[in-house]
Formats: sequence, structure tokens, C-alpha cells
Amino acid sequence: MSQTVAYFEYLIVGAKATALVGVVAYLLAIVFGFAAGIARAEKIPVANTVAFVYVEIFRGTSLLVQLFWIYYSLPLLGVSISPLMAGCLGIGLNSGAYASEIVRGALLSIPAAQLEAAAALDLSRNQTLWKIVIPQAVREMAPPLGNLSIAILKDTALVSMISIADIAFRAQQLRTFTYDSSRIYGVSLAIYFAMALVLLAMGRMAEYYAKPRYLRTWLLRRKVAQ
Amino acid sequence: MNAVLAIDTSSNWGFALSIMPILLRGLIVTVAAAGLGFAIALVIGLLFAILRRSSSRLITWPLVCFLEFVRDTPLLIQLFFLYYVLPGYGIRLPAFLTGAAAIGLQYGAYMAEIYRAGIEAIGRGQWEASVALNLGRRSVYRDVIIPQAIPRIIPALGNCLVSILKETPILYTVSVLEMLNYAIIIGDRTYQYTIPLTLAGALMLFVTTICAYLVRWIELIVPRRGIALR
Repeated sequence: MSQTVAYFEYLIVGAKATALVGVVAYLLAIVFGFAAGIARAEKIPVANTVAFVYVEIFRGTSLLVQLFWIYYSLPLLGVSISPLMAGCLGIGLNSGAYASEIVRGALLSIPAAQLEAAAALDLSRNQTLWKIVIPQAVREMAPPLGNLSIAILKDTALVSMISIADIAFRAQQLRTFTYDSSRIYGVSLAIYFAMALVLLAMGRMAEYYAKPRYLRTWLLRRKVAQ
Repeated sequence: MNAVLAIDTSSNWGFALSIMPILLRGLIVTVAAAGLGFAIALVIGLLFAILRRSSSRLITWPLVCFLEFVRDTPLLIQLFFLYYVLPGYGIRLPAFLTGAAAIGLQYGAYMAEIYRAGIEAIGRGQWEASVALNLGRRSVYRDVIIPQAIPRIIPALGNCLVSILKETPILYTVSVLEMLNYAIIIGDRTYQYTIPLTLAGALMLFVTTICAYLVRWIELIVPRRGIALR
């Protein structure tokens, strides 16, 4: 038992790196996802094509290959990048491609009547997008974007392969010392699962707050404050 | 690596061309592992889905927790767990099979949900009609429910297959000689990582694209009404 606690104490240090990579990658994924998703849904010239190529490449190939490409190839091409940045960028780009499909689907799910009404009110294209379409689409996006956070947490284990000392990396280290594989990996799995449960709860909360009445009161409050 | 496959490093194109046969050899292993993992996932996913519908809470509760656990933890750690722990219990599998089993287990947990959704999508009337016809439980599943569920779940299963293909390079971590492993070995020996890794990515993209089209074609040829199992 004390052995298990010792393993836990050693592994939990890696949770910091896992969380850091996960959070940065998630933020990057949201940025890339929104950029590519809006470019594709709105059919913005040039950006649409760029986004299409980006999404196809990053969704069509393996994350591990992408991570190694960024880690090994960018320095050879003259771009110096730390392993931590390579990990965040790799997972962020990869998940961003998935996020863009979520964003695009949600934007396209807004009924045409909303766009017609916006046109009748003489709103510009930007106003329609940001004030009419996106606030409603966020509701659709919340559940899949919540699931994406768990997918990203799972993906972060791969950054141990590019020498970031996350939970998986420290588990490997421990194993080479003690060969007590079942307990080490059991504890690692438990830590990852606990983190996933936290994300699951946060996702549920986000879904709750993305519901229309909350959005409406939020917008109203902001208006009053102005 | 075979001595016949000499690597030509004089020019970029020559290099790319000379490592192509090596990478293709790895690609075969990658595709084989993905295919085996998919087959395992199909079978244990169905097993999970049927157990999940059991009327006993003693079976469903632990199963639900287990499936959630498998779905929400990283494949890499599950793979290491199987790879390093199973031999301790006397189960010695080659790395290739352990990898396929790990992929099969994780995607089996996903597929359990897909099957469940497919089964639940079948109208109540079908169940009631089966009861009215006095069909046995096995016969209801085999002759009525599953044949109708198949066309509904094929798109989701196809997505799983493509995802599995993209996950297989993870077998590199337990030193299976698949495409990514060959690409890294070539990189380690020639100090040129860009070309092998780019080629590996391009081949991957090629295979997943073909696979996606194949799935769409299967969706088209499978009759909407379902497939009789006998």
C-alpha cells in the first residue's frame, strides 16, 4: 500500500505537465477550430481552401506522426522549438482540425430563417455572424467541444514520446527502476481517469450554462451594465 | 532492414524513392494491425453491448464503469499496461498482438455505444411483433434486431475504422516494426527526419482517404432495409 502511495506521489508530479499541455492545446484547438470552422462555413475565399487543406491533412494522418514531424523536422527546417511547444502545437493543430468540423457543423445548423431575419434587419455579415449565428451555435457546440477536452487529455499521453515529463513519461521512468508494472500503470490510469472525470463534470456545467436562457440573461446583464 | 534496400542519400528525390519500399513494408504491418484491432473491437464491442442490455444491475453497473474507464483513459497507457503486465500473469503475446488487443479493447468500448444506439434505434413495434410471434430471445436479436441495426451503424463503424488506422502508429512505442518505426529508424541512421516522416504522413493520408471512400461505398451498397444473417 505504501508503495502505491509512493508511486502516486511520483506520478502526480507529471500531472502538472499533462495539465499544462492539455490546457494550452485545448485553447489552441479552440482558436484553430473557430478560425478554420468559420472560414469553411462562411466560404471566405482563399481562407476556405487553406482551412480545407489544413483540416484534411491533420484529420487524415496520425497524431504521433504529426508530433514527431514537428519535433524532428521543424528544427531541421530552421525553426527551433522546445519539446513543450512542439507537444502543445501538435495536439492543438490536430484537435483544432476536429474542432473546426464541430464549429462548422454548428454554424451550418442555424436555420436559414435566422439569416433572413438578420438580412431584413439590415445587419452586416459580421454582425450576423457574431451576434446572431455564433451565440446560438455555441449551444450546439458545447457537448462535442466538452468531449474534445477528454480526447485531448488522452492525446497528451503521447507527448511523453517527445521527452515531456508528463504522467506517462514518469510512469515509464518508474517502470525502468522498479519493474512493478501493474501498480505503476494502474495508478497512472487512475490519475488520468480522475482528470477525465473532472473534465466530464466541467463539460456538463458548460453545457448547462450554454443553454439559451443563461445566454439571454447574460447578454441582458451586459446591456444593463453598458 | 534488408541489405538489398540500399538507401540513396545523394538527392532528396532519390532518398525518398529509395526509402519508399521500406515504408511500404511498414505500412502493411500498420494496416494489418489496424484490421486485426478493428476485428477484435467489432466482436468485443458487440459482447459489451449485449451484456450492457442485461437485466441484472450486478452486470450492467460494473460494465458501465469499466467502459467509461476504458474510454476516458489514454490508449498509450492501456497499451503499456497490457504489454508489461500480461506477461506477469503468464500471457506472453507478441507486441503486434498486444497492440491489436489494446486498440481492440478501447475501440470495443466505443463500439458498444454504437451498437447500443443502433439497437435502441429499432422501433418498439419490432420488439412487440417479435413477442407476438413467440420468437426466442436469441432469435429476436439474430433475425429481427441486428439485421435492421446493421445499416444504421455502418457509418459510425466506418469512422471507427479510420480512427483505428490513425491510432496504429502508437504501436511504435512497444517497438512493433510498423511504418512510423521504420521512418524513425531511417531518420536515426541518416539524420534526415523530414523526408521519411513526411512520406509516412502522406502514405497515412492516402490510406485513410481510401478507407473513408471505401466506407462511403459500403454505406451505399448496403440495403437500407437491412441484411439477413442467414
